[in-house]
Amino acid sequence: MAEQAGDKPFLQFTNVKKTYDHRTLVVKNFNLDVAKGEFITLLGPSGSGKTTCLMMLAGFEDVTSGEILINGRSVTSIAPYARNIGMVFQQYALFPHMTIRENLAYPLKIRKKPKAEIRAKVDEYLALVELQAFGGRYPGQLSGGQRQRVALARALIFAPDIVLMDEPLGALDKKLREQMQFEIKRLHDQLGFTVIYVTHDQTEALTMSDRIAVFNNGIVQQCAPPHVLYERPANLFVADFIGESNKLKGVIASVGDDRVSVRLDDGAQVSTLKANCTEVGLPTTVSIRPEKLTFTDRLGSAGNQVKARYITRHYVGEYIRYHFETSDGTELVVKNMNDSSAPQFSANDEAVLAWLPQDSQALDRPDASATS
Amino acid sequence: MSSLTTSEAGQAASARSKKRLTAFLFVVPLLAFILLTFVAPIGSMLWRSVHHPAVAELIPLTLAELQRWDGKDTPDRQTLEVFVRELHELDQQRLSGKLAEEFNRAYTGMSSVVKASARRVGRLDADELQDKGAETLLQAHRNWSSAQVWYAIQRAGQVYTYDYYLTALDLELHPEQGIQVREDTQIYLQLYSKTLNMALVITLFCALLGYPLAYYLAGLPENRANLLLVLVLLPFWTSLLVRTTAWIALLQTNGVINSFLLSSGLIGEPFEMLYTSFATVIAMTHILLPFMILPLYSVMRGIDPSYLRAALSLGAKPIPAFARIYFPMTLPGLSAGALLVFIISVGYYITPALVGGTDGQMISNIIAFHMQRSNNWELAAALGSLLLALILILYWLYDRFVGASNIKLG
Repeated sequence: MAEQAGDKPFLQFTNVKKTYDHRTLVVKNFNLDVAKGEFITLLGPSGSGKTTCLMMLAGFEDVTSGEILINGRSVTSIAPYARNIGMVFQQYALFPHMTIRENLAYPLKIRKKPKAEIRAKVDEYLALVELQAFGGRYPGQLSGGQRQRVALARALIFAPDIVLMDEPLGALDKKLREQMQFEIKRLHDQLGFTVIYVTHDQTEALTMSDRIAVFNNGIVQQCAPPHVLYERPANLFVADFIGESNKLKGVIASVGDDRVSVRLDDGAQVSTLKANCTEVGLPTTVSIRPEKLTFTDRLGSAGNQVKARYITRHYVGEYIRYHFETSDGTELVVKNMNDSSAPQFSANDEAVLAWLPQDSQALDRPDASATS
Repeated sequence: MSSLTTSEAGQAASARSKKRLTAFLFVVPLLAFILLTFVAPIGSMLWRSVHHPAVAELIPLTLAELQRWDGKDTPDRQTLEVFVRELHELDQQRLSGKLAEEFNRAYTGMSSVVKASARRVGRLDADELQDKGAETLLQAHRNWSSAQVWYAIQRAGQVYTYDYYLTALDLELHPEQGIQVREDTQIYLQLYSKTLNMALVITLFCALLGYPLAYYLAGLPENRANLLLVLVLLPFWTSLLVRTTAWIALLQTNGVINSFLLSSGLIGEPFEMLYTSFATVIAMTHILLPFMILPLYSVMRGIDPSYLRAALSLGAKPIPAFARIYFPMTLPGLSAGALLVFIISVGYYITPALVGGTDGQMISNIIAFHMQRSNNWELAAALGSLLLALILILYWLYDRFVGASNIKLG
C-alpha cells in the first residue's frame, strides 16, 4: 500500500489549524500523511473536528493555518472544482432533477469528454455498482442503498485522485450498511483510489480502514491500523471510544521494560503492559477488554486476579455479558462465548476474575487529581 | 383471522363516519363564511353580467310587440302606439329618466331623445294618445324612425344577454353583419393587454430583486435569517395606503427623488414619474415583493448546501453549478412566487388608482369606474368575469406546461 513516487507522501496535512469564530480552534494542529491507495478513516464523536478536516481537504472550508499538500503541492489556494477530489455526501446529494445517467455523466460533461466516451463510462460505472437497469430513473425513485451506490459511482467516474466520504452510510439501516461497507471495500480494492472516510461508527471504521485517526476535541488522539488501535490504545479516550473497556483504578507501583506493576485501589497487585503512564506513584487506569477478562478456572493461576461480586447477566445471543462489581464499586463486564461451559451464578456470588498481563494496559487516569 | 365480522365492520364504519362528521363540523363556520362572502358575490357578479331585466321591466308590452318586427324599416304603427302608451305611463311615474339612461347605454345619444320625447308624449291626453301618439313620437326625433335604434332597443330588452361581453371585448353585434369589431372606441382589449404587460414587468422585477435576497437569507444562520425576514414582512404590517402615499411623496414632481437629482445637478428639470405606468410598476413591485421572497426563501432553505458542494467537487465552476444545479431546484419557489405576484397584480386596484394617473391604469380601475361612476354594473361584471376567466386560463396553462404540483408556498 505504501509504495509511492519519491519520499513525499501522496497526501499530507501539516500543522493544519481551523477556527470559525477566531477564538477557539476546532482543529488543533492536525498532522497526517496518507499513502496513495490507502483507506484512512477519521473517527470521533460529533464536533471533534473530523468533518472540518474533510471539508478543508475538499476546499469548502479554508485553512486557518498550516498546509494541505497533494503530491507535494499545496492545495490550500486551489478552488474546490479544480482539486479533482471526489466526494460522497451523507445525504447522497444526487441532483433530483437529473436521471441517474445524467447524474453520472455530469462530471464528464463538465470535463468536455466526447459523447461516446461519456456513454461508455456511464455504462461501465452503472455496471460497477450493479445498477444497469436504473439509468433512466430519477434519484427519488431509488431506495437509499441504490442512491448511495449511485453517489459512489458519481464520485468515482471522473477518476479523482482522492475520494472523500462524509458519513456516507449514516442514513442506511444496519443490514444495508454492512452490505455497503463490503461494496465500498470491493470498489476500493478493484480501483485502488485513496479514501478519506469520516464516520462516528467504530465498527465501520475497524472493518474498512487501513488506518484510523481517532479525533477528540480537535486533536488526533491516535492514528494507527485497526488492530493496534483496539489492542494497544494510546490513551484512555481511545480505549473507551473504540470498543468497550473495564477500567480498574490504581497507582503505578513499579516500572519494568515493557510491563508495569500496578497497586489497585482495593489493594490487589497486578502486572500489565506499559502504555502512556510510566512513572512510579502516578495514578493510572488499568484497561481490560471484556472478552479478555474471564473466570479463574479457565486461566489457572497464570494471570492477574481480582475479586468481584456477581450482579446480573445479559443474554446477547452469540455471547453472554456478565456484570460484576468490585469492593470499591467499580463495574466489571465479562464477555463469555455462549457455549456449554458458560457458568451460572446467583446474585451476590463472589467470583475471582482473571486476565493475562499482555491483555491489559496502564493508561492515564483523568480523575486522578481529585484522588491523589 | 383476516376478515372482520359484520358487527366489527359496522363499528369501524360508524366510528369513521363519526370522525368525519366531527371534522366537518369544525370547518362549517369557515365554509359558511366563504359561501356568504366569496362564492355568493362572485356568483352574483357572473349572473349580473348576463342577466339584465331593467328594460324588460320598463317596457314589457313594446318588447312583446317588437317580436313581430322584421328588423327592417320602422316598426309598424301598432308597436309604436304601444311604446308611446308605455312611455306616457313612465313619464307619469317619473321613470322616463331611467329608460333614457338604459337606452343611451344601448345607443349613444338616446338620453336626450328619450327625455324630450317623454315630455312631449306626457303632455298628450288619453284621446290624443290614441289618435296621434305614433306621429308625435316620430315627429319628436328622427331616431324613432331608425331601424338601428329599434334594433338596439330590442337587444337591450333581452333579459339574458351576452352584449356586455361583446362590449368588454370591443365587439358589437351588427343587425346584418353579425358580430364584428367595434369601430369607434377600442378601450378594453388594449387595457387588458396593458394590464398583462404591467403584471409581467412587475413579476419580472420582483423576481430580479427577490431572488438574490432570498438566496442571501437562505444562506444565513436561522436566527439572523428570521430577524431579516421580519424586515421583509414589515411592509405587510404598515397600511397599504401609507406605503402608496409614501411613493407619491417620493415620486412627485417636487418630490424627494426629483429634488435630490436636481440639487445634485444630475438633471436639469424634474422627471415626470408620478401618474405614469412607471409609478404603478415601481410601487406595486415594492408592495408585492414579499410574495416573491417568501416562497423562494422557503424553497431555498430546504435545499441542502451539499448539492452545490457536490457539483463543485465534481468539477463544475461556481456559475455553471449554480445555473445547472441550484437554479432548477429553486424553480418551484420561483414559479409559486411569480404566479402569486402575477395574479395579484393583474387584479390590483388601489395602487394604480393612486399613483398611476391615466397612463398607469389597469383593468380593475376601469371596472371600478363602471361600478362607481358610470353605474354600468353589468359591464363591470362582464369585465370582471373576463378577468377571472383570464386568470383561470393562465393558471390552467401554467399547470399544463409547468405543473401546479410544483408550486411550493412555504
